[in-house]
Amino acid sequence: MEEIRLIEIKEEILADNDAVAKRTRERLKRERTFLLNLMSSPGAGKTSLIIETIRELKDEFRMGVIEADIESMVDSRKVASQGVRAVQIRTGGLCHLDASMVQKGLDAIETGALDLVILENVGNLVCPAEFDTGAIKNVMILSVPEGDDKPLKYPLMFSVCDVVVVNKIDYIDRSDFDRQAFGERVLSLNSGVKIIDASCKTREGIPAWAEWLRQEIRQFTNG
Amino acid sequence: MLNIVLEHAQKHQVQKVLAVHLEIGKLKDFDEEWIQQYFDYLSRGTLADGAKLKIEWIPVVLQCQACSHSFDVEIERLTEIQCPRCAATNCSMISGRDYRVKQIEVS
Repeated sequence: MEEIRLIEIKEEILADNDAVAKRTRERLKRERTFLLNLMSSPGAGKTSLIIETIRELKDEFRMGVIEADIESMVDSRKVASQGVRAVQIRTGGLCHLDASMVQKGLDAIETGALDLVILENVGNLVCPAEFDTGAIKNVMILSVPEGDDKPLKYPLMFSVCDVVVVNKIDYIDRSDFDRQAFGERVLSLNSGVKIIDASCKTREGIPAWAEWLRQEIRQFTNG
Repeated sequence: MLNIVLEHAQKHQVQKVLAVHLEIGKLKDFDEEWIQQYFDYLSRGTLADGAKLKIEWIPVVLQCQACSHSFDVEIERLTEIQCPRCAATNCSMISGRDYRVKQIEVS
């Protein structure tokens, strides 16, 4: 009979990705470029928030946007029309970005001359949470129509982000979204998270969001 | 995962990989049946062709930031966390996001 042996491995499956992400962060530190990873479901308002952020901060920071929307040039055209450098990564139908793809996007956008790069991840609450992109901060948008139960269904996403922007807050009175319960659920998963209520339509909360980002960028580039 | 398995299999000059033992955190939204199906598809014609995946699910373990007590928690109860010892709600995650190859059975 054949002898069966056991070989100990103990190796992290995403170790390659994590190593690339770590190198990306070292490079960003050297170049003093702040990379923000923006995640959400499709339609929650990633592109709208990016456009509002550009309006708020384009006079203070040199900005760029890396778009990863599946097979579509629409979003990068919208962003480019704001006068900000935009690069499109074609993921070929993939459901998330990994650190190597982001690295190529950063090369293409020439980060050396930029203070802030916003990475618009693929619209999905599952896979993007699994892959470290190398970003300095991770932000997710949850829009009111999606419901207050999302932290129960996608706990990993809520546990990996630094900020949750609750978008379409102008719609809350017409919905059954329980803002307090939502806040408690999110904080329970991630006690260090900051939650910002906002509406890209009425611009409520946009100055508060921009202020958070402004402080983070300053701290990063001066540190 | 397959790359890690094959790299070690080649290094140890094995004839065949019979099983792969994985440690996966319960917070990962993975399904045993699908991981096996994708693995079967990718490993066809390699040393790991036909290998069975054996998954050890790692519990979600939290540590209370107030009293340092650590405790297991079920995913369904993750959004209503309270330290069983001091009732604080400020806890951080120690495990549950794991995803690694623990060992392989080879011949």
